[in-house]
Amino acid sequence: MSEVIEKVSIRITINGQSYRRKVEPRLLLVQFIREELGLTGTHVGCDVTYCGACTVLVDDKPTKSCTLLAVQADGCEILTVEGLEQDGELHPLQKAFSENHGLQCGYCTPGMLMSSMALLAEKPDPSPAEIRKGISGNLCRCTGYNNIIKSIQAAAREMAG
Amino acid sequence: MSWIGKSPERKEDQRLIRGRGLFVDDKQSYGLLHLHLVRSPYAHAQILSIDVAAAEALPGVICTLTGAEVKDLMPESFMELGPEPAASIRDYPLAVGKAIFQGEPVAAVVAETPALAADGGALIEVDYDMLDAVVTAEQALEDKDILHESAGTNQTWQGVYEYGEVDKAFAEAATVVAIDRLHFHRFASTPVENNAVVAEWLPHGDLNFFCNNSFVGFAQQLLAPALGISVDQMHIKTHDIGGSFGNKISNYTQMAIAALASRKTGGRSVKWVETRTEHLLSSGHGNERTFLDTEVALDKNGVITAVRSRHIDDCGAYPRYEPLGCVIWSQVLPATYGVRNFRIDFSQAVTNKCPAVPNRGYSRMQHLWFMERIIDICAHELDIPADEMRLKNYITEFPYTTPNGCVYDSGNYPAMLEKAKELIGWDDWKKKQADARGEGRLLGIGIGTTLDSGTNNFGQARIMNPHLPFSGNSEVATIRIDLQGSVIVTLGSGPSGQSHETTASQVVAEELGISPDLVRVRSGFDTGWNTFVGHSGSYASQFAVTGLSAVHGACEKLKAEMRRLAAFILEASEEDLEFGIGDEGPQLSVKGTDQAVNYWYMGNLVNNDNAVLAGELGDVTLNIRHVYRPPFTVPDTERKYGNLTLTYAAQLHIAVIEIDRAFGHPKILAYAAVDDCGTVINPKIVGGQVHGATAHGIGAAIMEIFQYDETGNLLTSSFSDYCPITSMNMPDVQYGSIQTPSPFSYNGAKGMGEGGGAPLHTVSAAIQDALYGEGVIVRESHHSANSVFALLRDSDESTGVQVETRQ
Repeated sequence: MSEVIEKVSIRITINGQSYRRKVEPRLLLVQFIREELGLTGTHVGCDVTYCGACTVLVDDKPTKSCTLLAVQADGCEILTVEGLEQDGELHPLQKAFSENHGLQCGYCTPGMLMSSMALLAEKPDPSPAEIRKGISGNLCRCTGYNNIIKSIQAAAREMAG
Repeated sequence: MSWIGKSPERKEDQRLIRGRGLFVDDKQSYGLLHLHLVRSPYAHAQILSIDVAAAEALPGVICTLTGAEVKDLMPESFMELGPEPAASIRDYPLAVGKAIFQGEPVAAVVAETPALAADGGALIEVDYDMLDAVVTAEQALEDKDILHESAGTNQTWQGVYEYGEVDKAFAEAATVVAIDRLHFHRFASTPVENNAVVAEWLPHGDLNFFCNNSFVGFAQQLLAPALGISVDQMHIKTHDIGGSFGNKISNYTQMAIAALASRKTGGRSVKWVETRTEHLLSSGHGNERTFLDTEVALDKNGVITAVRSRHIDDCGAYPRYEPLGCVIWSQVLPATYGVRNFRIDFSQAVTNKCPAVPNRGYSRMQHLWFMERIIDICAHELDIPADEMRLKNYITEFPYTTPNGCVYDSGNYPAMLEKAKELIGWDDWKKKQADARGEGRLLGIGIGTTLDSGTNNFGQARIMNPHLPFSGNSEVATIRIDLQGSVIVTLGSGPSGQSHETTASQVVAEELGISPDLVRVRSGFDTGWNTFVGHSGSYASQFAVTGLSAVHGACEKLKAEMRRLAAFILEASEEDLEFGIGDEGPQLSVKGTDQAVNYWYMGNLVNNDNAVLAGELGDVTLNIRHVYRPPFTVPDTERKYGNLTLTYAAQLHIAVIEIDRAFGHPKILAYAAVDDCGTVINPKIVGGQVHGATAHGIGAAIMEIFQYDETGNLLTSSFSDYCPITSMNMPDVQYGSIQTPSPFSYNGAKGMGEGGGAPLHTVSAAIQDALYGEGVIVRESHHSANSVFALLRDSDESTGVQVETRQ
């Protein structure tokens, strides 16, 4: 452990912006996003890929960024919660979570939103059972999930026009 | 329009929905250092030696700390709340000489990055000599292995709560039901954000904390003497806190390590962020309680007349907030029932397990579960339907003074039962249950009634230790009109998701006749605001009454000043003025005229342009600090008698559960929750709290447990093992409410949010009902498939319940 660890050069696009950095191979993607880039909306809540607070989209796939090394995401396109708002307009999911009280402390919310994004991309009109499954990898300790399910249903309706 | 009873957009959402909150781990700064803790792998072990040389030689490591060093740096160990001998327990933030629970920090490393700090930690060599572990409170009370030699015993508290004429009631009873043992398991609400702190102890003495402690009023009183610093030298701030549920009350111990580490680095900022495994091992577990030798006296109508029992609380390795839990349960001594005669012998012990910490429903939930088990077991034994049993025993007249002097403000439990039955479709389920039983299926319907006592009287601490200088309660709010006429509010509560910014703005809007979006409520907590007292924090269902009464009182004082100022400016009489919004924003106007003065003019006058006042109104500052104090007196500590809480919100839940006979898996088929927290300030937020508390209770009842083996290893030390409830396990909740306004709060509201652990009572009751006819009595609060399967498997063993019928 005392030797200097050789850094590796990576290029990652996050929220449309391209970044090139030299990182330690052991750096987790979530650490890269939070500590290297200062995008602190993506949170850490556990060590075992259970809580999903760190969920981001990696090439459109919902991914727990605590379980991927930054070097594994080399060349990928990533979307984090900070990339949801476009031109000053909140994403329908963001609005729906607020309107339906789908968040309280807000710590799980970014991961919950990103999993919901992936769910609605795949299933624009999900059933309650599909929603439960879609967010089953995201832990929320405040809301009891019922209002999150409502929020996602409301966003789906809004996005369907 | 009125803003009370409405659900305006939450102020907090604007930042949180964008991922732009500020949680402790989000704080970054140049030169920030990182702290890693080395922890004991053993539950009970002498520390023979600690070698930090290799860690300190690692490039990037700045310094290390050990328990022995910390003991030298601290003028004293953390204050103990308990009386002697518990008062002699020595609690340092790093283990000194001996580790007494698995995961106890024994050394610390400070380095330039979190990874280097962890690398340094791996190089610290600790030599242990493993000792026998004490893993149950009953075992601890035998005092064979003593955890704290300085105390000389494992018992941290003992006392008898006796009210009424217990022996007479038993002598006259028609039936006596005896229950040998009931047990309430260990779990916690495990907020998704772990504990974290950034500390900066500057060489000239000032100590800055950015932390997620949820009861700073208490933490600062423990930190100051232990660190040898004045309260005023500590600048403590919080911003967004990712849930606490009481668990973050005791992270002051880690705040102390970070502070000492910062001091050793010469005053650099040091950040510590707990990992989830560290959190589960060491941050704090809810109290585990065992109820022994319970006897219940009933009259010939099935009305309970007396209860006597022996309760033993397990507070883990260090008491910390304990032994307060030995008293706090007595806020709800008779639960929702009219029982007048009690004798409860209550004791508490330390064990080689993670220290206990207040957890949503703290100490009352355990007792309410006990009372609900009594109701259901007696109903079962006497063949009285569970709903009728409750109706026979519910308190129905309010205000109601309990045998120990608590005053239940208001309530209507039968109406809640009726409403919950409607929501769940009681009659339908009863029919389905009869059909299911006909087919040999195990389908149960359970009721749980519970209380959420809010705004507590800290004087109850003196029942536990008469020497403690605590009583009453208080909270602070400030409000001012700034020089641009903005309305600025600060709170002492330091919330962790409870929407205090929103509800405070509703109260201000209501008082000033403006809208919540015109009220700016500062986020978080900051000792620099001068908005705190010793009781400040978010805990024990405080805010709706204690916090909002402070806001309301501040508004009243501000309005009085504004009226005087506006009367001077408009040359009108105060009685003719009214508050509202005009063409130029929030204003005071003269009724029936177009004369008005807006907030900008008043704010500017006082702050910028005061010669206009020509020496008048020199005391008007439009900058108010108000402290709300509930009308409490100090309880009678000899009799253990007094009003311990101001308000009593209630919850009534009904669950329908089917048990898989082959695997024991309990599946919730339907769930209803009815809430009564008096006048509702914001229905959406109250509903959110009810749902959240329901999820915690269901998770605890069917999934979550801190399970230790006999050597004190925690078997559920990761989320993969502990399994907090997810969207897959949480049922749809049929939610309803009734409102019985509290006569004791200015707005009729009652503190709520903890929820009183209703699902634990309800699920136990439903499982009992499902196993009707199987010869099983539910005596545990945890109902995983494993434990239900064991109940079925062992159904031929004794139920531990005996019934003696005398008439």
